[in-house]
Amino acid sequence: MATDLESIAAPDPAALAARRRRDGRKRRLLKHAALIVFGFAMLYPLLWMVSSSFKPSDLIFRDASLIPTEFDFSNYTEGWTALARPFHHYLINSAIIVFFSVVGNLLSCALAAYAFARLQFRGKRLFFAAMLGTIMLPIHVVIVPQYILFSELDWINTYYPLIVPKFLATDAFFIFLMVQFIRGLPRELDDAARIDGCGHFRIFWRIIMPLCLPALATTAIFTFISVWNDFYSQLIFVTDPDLYTVPVALRTFVDSQGESAWGPLFAMSLVALGPIFGFFLAGQRYLMRGIATTGIK
Amino acid sequence: MTTVPTFSRGRAPGEPPPAEPPRAPEPPRRRSPLAKREGRVAYLFLAPWFVGMVLITIGPILASLYLSFTEYSLLQPPEWLGLDNYRRMLEDERLHTALRVTFTYVLVSVPLQLALALALAFFLDRGVRGLAVYRSIYYLPSLLGGSVAIAILWRQIFGTEGLINQLLGLVGIEGQGWVSHPDHALSTLIVLNVWTFGAPMVIFLAGLRQIPAMYYEAADVDGAGGFTKFWRITVPLLTPIIFFNLVLQIIGSFQTFTQAFIVSGGTGGPADSTLFYTLYTYQRGFGSFEMGYASALAWVLLVIIAGFTAVNFLAAKRWVHYGD
Repeated sequence: MATDLESIAAPDPAALAARRRRDGRKRRLLKHAALIVFGFAMLYPLLWMVSSSFKPSDLIFRDASLIPTEFDFSNYTEGWTALARPFHHYLINSAIIVFFSVVGNLLSCALAAYAFARLQFRGKRLFFAAMLGTIMLPIHVVIVPQYILFSELDWINTYYPLIVPKFLATDAFFIFLMVQFIRGLPRELDDAARIDGCGHFRIFWRIIMPLCLPALATTAIFTFISVWNDFYSQLIFVTDPDLYTVPVALRTFVDSQGESAWGPLFAMSLVALGPIFGFFLAGQRYLMRGIATTGIK
Repeated sequence: MTTVPTFSRGRAPGEPPPAEPPRAPEPPRRRSPLAKREGRVAYLFLAPWFVGMVLITIGPILASLYLSFTEYSLLQPPEWLGLDNYRRMLEDERLHTALRVTFTYVLVSVPLQLALALALAFFLDRGVRGLAVYRSIYYLPSLLGGSVAIAILWRQIFGTEGLINQLLGLVGIEGQGWVSHPDHALSTLIVLNVWTFGAPMVIFLAGLRQIPAMYYEAADVDGAGGFTKFWRITVPLLTPIIFFNLVLQIIGSFQTFTQAFIVSGGTGGPADSTLFYTLYTYQRGFGSFEMGYASALAWVLLVIIAGFTAVNFLAAKRWVHYGD
């Protein structure tokens, strides 16, 4: 072994260094082992859910192992048709809301962010403080008057209450995220464009927006995840079973089938988690940056 | 030079042409008209946000304050009650239970979650190969934790014949129904919140990267061990981030709804042991359509959260160190 040769060639200091290196390696291995075991324990429930979705329901109560003995897709076919509508109906409903929410948040938050980051206007500090103040506002405080407003507009049991606020920059989180990002862009670009005859809308659209792509991607991903996962406002504003979204449909499923149908329930839950997992895999970079700068989940 | 900016300014389609002629004889004060124009453009950019602020945020906050002094069932116009809703809260036993449940949840799960997040961030920080992989794996539950699907999974795992009891059975321990027992149901939700420690951990990791390596090198020279370094260097320098996470997690945890709703089937049971404040507010407002009382409850929640945040900020002066 190389280490033996070293200890022969140069007696004291090198041998010491080699031993320290060996100890270091042992320690690193131990550390990795601990990290892997811990990670595995954390993910165990999820992995078990995946595996259980391929087991017959009665086996779920007896089998804690992760590898199913046979791959049985009947939970998926059964779960897909267990509710009043086939499950893709709810997936499409959720997708519609998510799509418009993402578009709305990107547009409205970027517009507001540009004004806060680049323009001078009266009341800027006050408005900015007000915007920051709403970041942490609990939805529970505004939901009752919002419900009254939307029912006056006859919007209950439509998707407007879920989508329209997104076009009005009500997710102040993302305004803040983009303000921070735009402030970091060199102002010389704006000035150069101004001299070339660009107005603010053109600077916004042609210069700032393309440079903001990372912040826009972060906004899009987080909007996607939070709207896809959102249960509270969808539960309140959508009560017509035909308009149910995935979370509300799952809730109906668990309440109607109860404990007897864990297999199909798990299968449909996993279908519901699928898109989030996809974004998790694809959007790593943006997710990490988003959390590190704004602290959102 | 003075005329260049005004002439070369680009114009968005549909925008009225600038009133050039009257301005021509003005003395060469460049800033003022430009600044005025910039202000107008800014309000245009902010227009959607203004509408949202008035109709979706500030308006409803004030409306909700007004409703909290009324009785309102959506069918008849609100009827003024004065402070009756707030008086009612003093005698509402279920509300007291809800407060107890929510405070227990926040005060137990947030410190546990942050301690775990900090420990793992420290463990992961310097020179671990595959950091990105570990970070992602630990972060995944934070993304999924708030969903209905995971709440369903939790209901099974901690059920009488759930996964936990199967595993306990393997080592010969007789389990019990965790979500169905009033003494344990809340603990399962605390576990769920701790499970989502990944998000604060990522924030800690970003903060750790800001700590200059020379501090640790100096400590190495002085012969400090890992634990000493953690307590004497990492924690003090990380206090602003710890504070940030603490404020954020407390505010978020007070608003927990989905998990409790799904695990208890919307009841807050068994025996109101998972009756979170938000769940109780929902039951009063959208279950029995007591919109006035629900508004009062919501406003008290806002005051509680604001109070906690204020106390946090005041206390921060004692323990949070911002660099010189």
